[in-house]
Amino acid sequence: MRAMSAPAARGQTLAGWVFVAPALSLILLFFFVPVIAGLVLSLTDFDIYAIASPDTARFVGLGNFAAVLTDPVFWIALRNTMFFVLVGGPLTVAVSMAAALLVNSKLARAPAFFRSLYFIPVVTTLVAMAVVWRYLYHPRYGLLNHVLGFVGIGPVDWLGDPRLAMPAIVILSIWKKFGYNMLILLAGLRTIPEELYEAATLDGAGWWASFRNVTLPNLAPTFLFVCVMTMIEQFQLFAEPYVMTQGGPLKSTTSIVLLMYEEGFRWWRMGHAAAIAFVLFVIMLAATMVQLRLQKERAT
Amino acid sequence: MRSLAGVMLAAVVWIGIEGCGASAGEGVTLRFWAMGREGEVVQELVRDFERENPGVRVRVQQIPWSAAHEKFLTAYVGDATPDIAQMGNTWMAEFAALRALEPLGPLLAGSSMAESSYFKGIWDTNVIDGVPLGVPWYVDTRLIFYRRDLFARAGYDSMPDTWDEWRKALLAVKRRAGSAGYALFLPPNEYEPLLVMGLGTGSTFLSENGTRGAFSEPRFRRAFDFYASLYHDSLSPPLRNNEIANIYQEFARGYFAAYITGPWNLGEFASRLPDSLQDSWATAPMPGPDGPATGASLAGGASLVVFRGSRHKAEAWRLVEFLSRPEQQLRFYHLTGDLPARREAWLDTALTRDPRIRAFGEQLTRTVSMPKVPEWELIANRLRDSAERVVRGGEPADSVLAELDRDVSRLLGKRRWLLARGGPGK
Repeated sequence: MRAMSAPAARGQTLAGWVFVAPALSLILLFFFVPVIAGLVLSLTDFDIYAIASPDTARFVGLGNFAAVLTDPVFWIALRNTMFFVLVGGPLTVAVSMAAALLVNSKLARAPAFFRSLYFIPVVTTLVAMAVVWRYLYHPRYGLLNHVLGFVGIGPVDWLGDPRLAMPAIVILSIWKKFGYNMLILLAGLRTIPEELYEAATLDGAGWWASFRNVTLPNLAPTFLFVCVMTMIEQFQLFAEPYVMTQGGPLKSTTSIVLLMYEEGFRWWRMGHAAAIAFVLFVIMLAATMVQLRLQKERAT
Repeated sequence: MRSLAGVMLAAVVWIGIEGCGASAGEGVTLRFWAMGREGEVVQELVRDFERENPGVRVRVQQIPWSAAHEKFLTAYVGDATPDIAQMGNTWMAEFAALRALEPLGPLLAGSSMAESSYFKGIWDTNVIDGVPLGVPWYVDTRLIFYRRDLFARAGYDSMPDTWDEWRKALLAVKRRAGSAGYALFLPPNEYEPLLVMGLGTGSTFLSENGTRGAFSEPRFRRAFDFYASLYHDSLSPPLRNNEIANIYQEFARGYFAAYITGPWNLGEFASRLPDSLQDSWATAPMPGPDGPATGASLAGGASLVVFRGSRHKAEAWRLVEFLSRPEQQLRFYHLTGDLPARREAWLDTALTRDPRIRAFGEQLTRTVSMPKVPEWELIANRLRDSAERVVRGGEPADSVLAELDRDVSRLLGKRRWLLARGGPGK
């Protein structure tokens, strides 16, 4: 191909920018500008007084960040969120994986029906499901305690006991979300050629061995995607505690996003809430880097 | 192609002109924001107002309570506030700080609504820094709803009016209920009963002109200890009000025999309790720590406010006056069950013949306003969290309340700075 002359190359570059400009300006306007504004907000004590008279907003530097990091409720929220991420995350992925394997299995009857059935919780409204699950979890009239009663376990105060409320929310969350990842993993499973499994069986591999050596390596990109996206979503836990327990009992289900919502939109302490948002951003960024690094090391 | 574009352009311009022209020269339209059931019902009442005031139309916009606070704030920021609105009186301090409400002093001076027409505590909630910013529309307070039969069985024909006697009555009811029930339902996630008890002992909750927490001081401490003792003696189940399946069902079954709640439950109890129990429940004003005169309660309810940004303040005020007439207040009561704010309306037999409502009338004469600081709701929530830590978490009250005072003083830091500077917004 003939090399381009300088003016033609410049013209091409310009044309490139013109084509990208609309999308770029939208991203700038609706993503970068609000994020920068949020950062500036986190450096002030913007609150209800400032909504009335902006001149009462004072620049407090890192004061909000210091207040966030010394607030015991923030650390409780962080602990609750980390529990949700470290326990709920892997469990969600494991259940999704199990469901995908079951639906994909050659022994499965009516896989399309079960695929839809497992996906239904994903498309239901969370608020309606929360009402139903609140009744399921009720210490005196709930179905769950009723069934546990058959095996001799006494009434469990699922949503009222500070130690059990978060696990109860994890269970609800897994039930609600596993169908989505199941579909993604199913798509990934379908791309693995049959011959690999045949070869493994010929070599004398059992189920677990062929899963570890054939399925997982071939599923790696999809699996990484599912893991990273699930982890990010788990960090953003908000709706379930907001609807089920309002952050209680004793703040045991308060997540960072729920804390941020209350600070920002109930109490209008927007500077403080913006600081919480940026702290969460740093934590999530760090966690994602760690996960990507781990996956890369495992692949090599 | 060009002619089609021309026709479309002309059509758009024509529709635009029509739209603009329609509202000009047709009189005044008042925008009235109202919440909940009141918003549904007030539309009937304003029809009569429109008939009396030809040329004035009232457009009622209904807003759910859960979204109302945010909607008002967003409207304020976007300069799109209505002319007149229903506003919960606990929000008055916040909107006063925003200077969103029109001071009503001069308008009240020329009207028939005098301060003496309203319950003192209720009127007080509408006066911020000496300026009246709202007119009470309907009132709300908290008192005891109880199972007369269960208390009678325990030896009490009426609710005692001192804390000591009340405690003895609750213990007697609990003894009779055994392990199957409790005496009083006091959900730890409701802060109102604790505040009510605090008012009874004369607590101010905040000190130094509302800039520091005063939850460790003796008066509030007395109320807090009494409140905590009710759990300690197993008089109340430690269940939050969204953990109990159905309050009315549990009340009917006798799972608890008393509940501190408000006037909306007059209608709810009447409709949801079985007919066999309709004679078995009653209301009683709050007992006081040192006798009935100290049995104070919350001054709640909603007011009618006119926004500073309204362009039709005179007409909006006429609507406020209309809705404040005793006969309109009674009509409103019959439609919603909300207790009227005008004391003249309380002379009507509808309110005097029912002893359950009379108890509310009595309690309303002993209501006190909460501290009028915009941060109050946040502080009340922190108080509730602290109370839950003591009652449910078993932490000692001394350290928890001291920590609460420090936390509250920190939250009020901005207010302190603004007051030192010379007032918010200056």
